[in-house]
Amino acid sequence: MNHIALKMLMGDKGKYLGIIMGLTFASLIMTQQPAIFVGLMARSYSFISDVALPDIWVMDSKVQFIDDIKPMQETELYRVRGISGVDWAMPMYKGLLKVRLADGAFQTCNVIGLDDATLIGGPATMLKGTLADLRQSDAVIVDIDGAKDKLSKPSPSAGQKNIPLQIGDSLELNDHRGIIVGIAKVTRTFQSQPVIYTTYSRAKTYAPRERRILSFILVKAKPNQDPYQLIERIKATTGLAAYTQQGFKELTYNYFMKNTGIPINFGITITLGFIIGTAIAGQTFYNFTLENLRQFGVLKAMGASNAQLLKMILLQAVLVGSIGYGLGVGLAALFGFAMRYSIMAFKLPWQLLVFSGLGVGFICIIAALISILKVIRLEPAIVFKN
Amino acid sequence: MNSAISCQNIIKTYNTDGQIVTALNGINVEIGLGELMMLVGPSGCGKTTLISIIAGILNQDSGQCLLFGEDFQALTNKEQLRFRAHNIGFVFQAYNLLPALNAIENVSVPLIINGTKRAIAEQKAKEILEQMGLSERMKALPAQLSGGQQQRVAIARALVHSPRLIVCDEPTSALDHKSGHIIMTLLKSIALKHDRALVIVTHDARIFNFADRIAEMDDGHIIKISTTTATETN
Repeated sequence: MNHIALKMLMGDKGKYLGIIMGLTFASLIMTQQPAIFVGLMARSYSFISDVALPDIWVMDSKVQFIDDIKPMQETELYRVRGISGVDWAMPMYKGLLKVRLADGAFQTCNVIGLDDATLIGGPATMLKGTLADLRQSDAVIVDIDGAKDKLSKPSPSAGQKNIPLQIGDSLELNDHRGIIVGIAKVTRTFQSQPVIYTTYSRAKTYAPRERRILSFILVKAKPNQDPYQLIERIKATTGLAAYTQQGFKELTYNYFMKNTGIPINFGITITLGFIIGTAIAGQTFYNFTLENLRQFGVLKAMGASNAQLLKMILLQAVLVGSIGYGLGVGLAALFGFAMRYSIMAFKLPWQLLVFSGLGVGFICIIAALISILKVIRLEPAIVFKN
Repeated sequence: MNSAISCQNIIKTYNTDGQIVTALNGINVEIGLGELMMLVGPSGCGKTTLISIIAGILNQDSGQCLLFGEDFQALTNKEQLRFRAHNIGFVFQAYNLLPALNAIENVSVPLIINGTKRAIAEQKAKEILEQMGLSERMKALPAQLSGGQQQRVAIARALVHSPRLIVCDEPTSALDHKSGHIIMTLLKSIALKHDRALVIVTHDARIFNFADRIAEMDDGHIIKISTTTATETN
């Protein structure tokens, strides 16, 4: 009976493609929109992900997320270094500073000050130059997206594209000169501002003068030291907040989830997409069954059991569901691939594929169930009605 | 004459928008093995309801209908399906061929429903289509066939699993005289054997001479049964 089911399904190419397109659209919207959402949310903690070396991030206890900087006194660094179980502890400055560009315009940048000696917390991927070049006088490293876009120099010829910053170019940070010694690849942040790396001591000169300037203390636990126990010890000793990398990511993620309109806006889009996708695909598949009701009646009259017809409809639903899901996910992945160098956030983890797979499966099951009920209730005597 | 179908006092009503309509009102009819019986009468007289009950695709409200000695209504659902799949062949007015399947595939459907392997079913389908004179059109879809050819495919489908009862609903109504004659000749020569019965619902007076007996119905009753030699009243 399987080949009969498949032939019935594919016999009318127009309707068959209609069902496939409906499911493809549903699958696409259930994959692409959440992928943008996940990508966007991942950007909220992308800076934390990029700093891979430390086990623990220590900060002021009132910090709510990565960009919510509440500077600490530098003496806190020495207090943390003195706690047992700490292998090393390094300072990090993180702040938003205005950079004056070649054309006189100002651009707010994320300035990261790394420990002068170890440069811990620096970018993992250097495209040009090396991290050690930061030890040169007035040295700064900029991220490639910033160098190409927001920090780029105007072209000497009018109407031409801006020229990306190169090694040797200079910037003005709060009346201080910064010379570019490297170009790094960093994960885009939520605000997508250019990122400028420099040493901690130089960052202090760029930053407005404040009594407290230390943003984070990056801590490495000694070998065999349980990081969670160390976190408790740091909290108890200093009164500061301390998190593992994952814990700090979750703190940031939860802040954005709770305090921004992003989840609800995307939630509405995804829900609408799901409802529209379900309506289109479900309705098309149901209509397909309705239009074939007479054919099912003929099969029933000839002795086909409800179980046989049920298998046929399920096979049809599974097939169109699989094709629609594959195409939808494929298109979403293609979209993500095409946008990989753009500002658009897009992340497609396997969990999302499972989610959209379950969504499409749900649509198909609902459509198939409604259709099956119709076929089960069908009187085979329909075949004698003209 | 051994009885293929024996219906006693069949009553069937429909509930249409709260109104009870009696479609069959105490039908008694016997159809013998090797017999071709035609059911004739005006629209709405109950012909279709009667063949639906005879074919086991509709249950009567009361009365008893024995098909080859089996009380169909006493069978379980599963048994009814199996009985129908093995013993009854259908020929419909609108052919009711599956439009996405070609002639061979359409004809093989009853065998596949019975659990026959596809290759064997299609081989049998080819053989019967050759008998029907459709060797050149075996791969054609229904839409690519003429009305007469479609009806021949439908007859092949009704016969491929060697059923003992063949029910036909207006098999010639959509055909011209010549095609109708060919169809009836085929039906009578191939379908009708000593151990089978053929019931045809028709308005087409051009084919009455193919019948062994004609049951004339009106208002849910069989009012007259004619043979070539005599007429009986019910």
